[in-house]
Amino acid sequence: MKTLKPSSRWAIALSALLMVSAYFVPLWQILMWAPQYPEGLEMKIWINTLTGNVKIISALNHYIGMKHIEVSMFPEFSYMIYIVGLIIGVGLLTALANKKILLWIYVFLILGAGVGALVDFYLWGYDYGHNLDPTAPIVVPGMSYQPPLIGTKQLLNFTAFSGPDVGGWIFMVAGVLAVGTLAVEFFLSRKKIAVSATLH
Amino acid sequence: MKTTIDRITIALLATLMAVAFYQCKPKGPAEVTIGDAAAQVYVAPGKYDEFYNIVSGGFNGQIGVYGIPSGRLFRIIPVFSLSPESGYGFSEETKPMLNTSKGEVPWDDLHHIALSTTKGEHDGRWIFANGNNTPRVARVSFKSFRTEEILEIPNSGGNHSSPFITENTEYLVAGTRFSVPMGNKDVPINSYKENFKGSISFVKVDPQTGHMSIAFQLRTPGFNFDLSRAGKGPSHGWFFFSCYNTEQAYTLLEVNASQKDKDFIMAVNWKKAEEYLAQGKGRIEKVKYAHNIYSEKTHSATSTMETEVTVLDIEQLPDMVYFIPCPKSPHGCDVDPTGEYIVGSGKLAAMMPVFSFSKIQNAIAKKEFEGDFNGVPVIKYESALHGEVKKPGLGPLHTEFDEKGNAYTSFFVSSEIVKWNVKTLEILDRVPTYYSIGHLSVPGGPTSKPHGKYVIAYNKITKDRYLPTGPELTQSAQLYDISGEKMKLLLDFPTTGEPHYAEAIPASMITANSTKIYKIEENENPFAAKGEAQARVERKGNQVHVYMTAIRSHLTPDNIEGVNVGDEIYFHVTNLEQDWDVPHGFAIKGATNAEILIMPGETQTLKYKPTEVGVVPFYCTDFCSALHQEMSGYLRVSAAGVKTPLKFSTGVPDDATSGAGK
Repeated sequence: MKTLKPSSRWAIALSALLMVSAYFVPLWQILMWAPQYPEGLEMKIWINTLTGNVKIISALNHYIGMKHIEVSMFPEFSYMIYIVGLIIGVGLLTALANKKILLWIYVFLILGAGVGALVDFYLWGYDYGHNLDPTAPIVVPGMSYQPPLIGTKQLLNFTAFSGPDVGGWIFMVAGVLAVGTLAVEFFLSRKKIAVSATLH
Repeated sequence: MKTTIDRITIALLATLMAVAFYQCKPKGPAEVTIGDAAAQVYVAPGKYDEFYNIVSGGFNGQIGVYGIPSGRLFRIIPVFSLSPESGYGFSEETKPMLNTSKGEVPWDDLHHIALSTTKGEHDGRWIFANGNNTPRVARVSFKSFRTEEILEIPNSGGNHSSPFITENTEYLVAGTRFSVPMGNKDVPINSYKENFKGSISFVKVDPQTGHMSIAFQLRTPGFNFDLSRAGKGPSHGWFFFSCYNTEQAYTLLEVNASQKDKDFIMAVNWKKAEEYLAQGKGRIEKVKYAHNIYSEKTHSATSTMETEVTVLDIEQLPDMVYFIPCPKSPHGCDVDPTGEYIVGSGKLAAMMPVFSFSKIQNAIAKKEFEGDFNGVPVIKYESALHGEVKKPGLGPLHTEFDEKGNAYTSFFVSSEIVKWNVKTLEILDRVPTYYSIGHLSVPGGPTSKPHGKYVIAYNKITKDRYLPTGPELTQSAQLYDISGEKMKLLLDFPTTGEPHYAEAIPASMITANSTKIYKIEENENPFAAKGEAQARVERKGNQVHVYMTAIRSHLTPDNIEGVNVGDEIYFHVTNLEQDWDVPHGFAIKGATNAEILIMPGETQTLKYKPTEVGVVPFYCTDFCSALHQEMSGYLRVSAAGVKTPLKFSTGVPDDATSGAGK
């Protein structure tokens, strides 16, 4: 069974521990500005809840027929804590058990979670932006209100921005650490093979 | 070693990405550079503003008078609201002004201003205003800046579409905001379609006195009337009303009255209505409404209860009323200075239609109708349309005009003023407002001869524009220079109440006529004391009338004895001054109403009912002279039934303790 370099084990342990922050800081943020809201409105997405001006945003969105945003509508908030917990567990196990196969699993999980979260977020955004109440007071023909996945977008009088929050950035650092470690391990083993090949 | 460098590189890259990413975040609205704005709005001490800005006070029921371009507040005119400051609505003389068929209604919601016009141009005579809540219209004098007349509007559920006026102030209109069952009927609310009706009053204005009377009412299908404008020039003789809730919803209007793609602009040929009226086609309906008039001669108001209106039913009388489809709950319905173009502002629509009066006439002549609504023809949209302003902004509300063929439309949702050309419909410029503009005003903007120069925004949201004052903030008005091609923000100025519509008029048309004093010899108040010799106290049963005079710096009489607990004491105070800006005030300790302010030559009465034994001071409240603090007196109140002799004097020492003067 292939083992890991000590520095790799430390890096993976750090990566896994960094993700513990996901329970204490918001992961994603949606910010909105309008002429009447120069101070901006924000919605913070946490691992298990939403915070910020959710009620105000919902109240404004009802004019264009968007659904009222409630934490209870998102089943993700009930199981994301376990998924992240699992990833942290696998990371720590990787560092402790010192097995390369676990590193592969860890990287796969962390990338899978990241991509999965973005896809999920996109689908929710699509649903919110397109499934509008046809009896809404304001119906602008051809207009949909899907928030940007990442970056900024003009939605009627609002400029909306979507991007990672502190937790999201830490998550990314954890991911970069994991992928980087895997890359280093991968190149190192290839070099070893090359060295052994020349020796033979 | 190399791996460490790799990792540092990756970490750095990640950080750079993060920084670069955050750079993409938009910033809030930038501060507007205003160049030489300060010089443009500076009115040097002692100098006058160029325009009067007559601004509705919304829920304060008053009118604010401001100077433009300085934005300085000069005066608040109480109209539909009590003013304990001046005694308006508290003094015996002004109490009848707020009388209605429901008794005294001491407050209203004053939304719109109309300045009188002759041949479509400002004539500087009267200010008209509407009471939105308990339907009323008021007339304020441009000489005295006082409310001279209030007329209650019967058969109305709320007087919003008012008090817009015809070219020569022949009529002002009062269109009901809410349709209601006529004649106080007890019917289920869900019988709206069957029982609820709209009502538009055409109020005749006497060209000499300005006195108002309801000439006729139009009975319409039940929906909501929002705003209106009279035709002018070629369209004189017509009136245009925006209608919403043609869905005829009676609950959750925010959704249920927003379903149809098009509501209506109602075009009324009022000359035709006059013909029907002359032919006796109207029906008399029994109603009850108060008509209150203030006389400058008697310095007193009277309230008369009227009992009849003549009704013309638009569903039965042909060739008088037409509907024009207008997108999505139209709010503003504004006629340009030439009288040819009518701008409909569908407040939920993504474009703005501009209708052509000549095309409307053509469509009527050729019967280009798409159908009818309860028998009233609906003109084909395309047949009435001059064109659409494409993608103007979000939430169009109101349009004013300048003298160069441009229109200025307020956009609530996108919080901006958009300038566009009325003929070409081309958008020329847009400026942000802070925040969420409602009405706007160009001096002379609704007339056939706009004075131009400025546009003033009356915003609905203030937020961070001024020093915060708790949850209730001042209101935010903004002045823009429109003399050039681009609009330029010059000034923010706070306003009182919540301004809705406002008009601005050149000061030169007003100042020369402004009343300075009332001539004492012309004072016909029956309780006037036109000289200290006439000052006296008279008892009539339990009523005590004090005929008091005020002149710098004493009140006559200032010692009054012989009144009892339970008496009704009337202080009729006449200001004997005949000099400009020397008002006196009168207040007495424990009065449960207010004070009164009395202008030179005027008489006002404060009623006072003593409730306990003692000696009660009274004094002048308006700082009138160096010896203002000395301008005071005493009222001795004896217990009920005690026969203290009636006695009154000024300047006659009668020292009971020393015996001097006995």
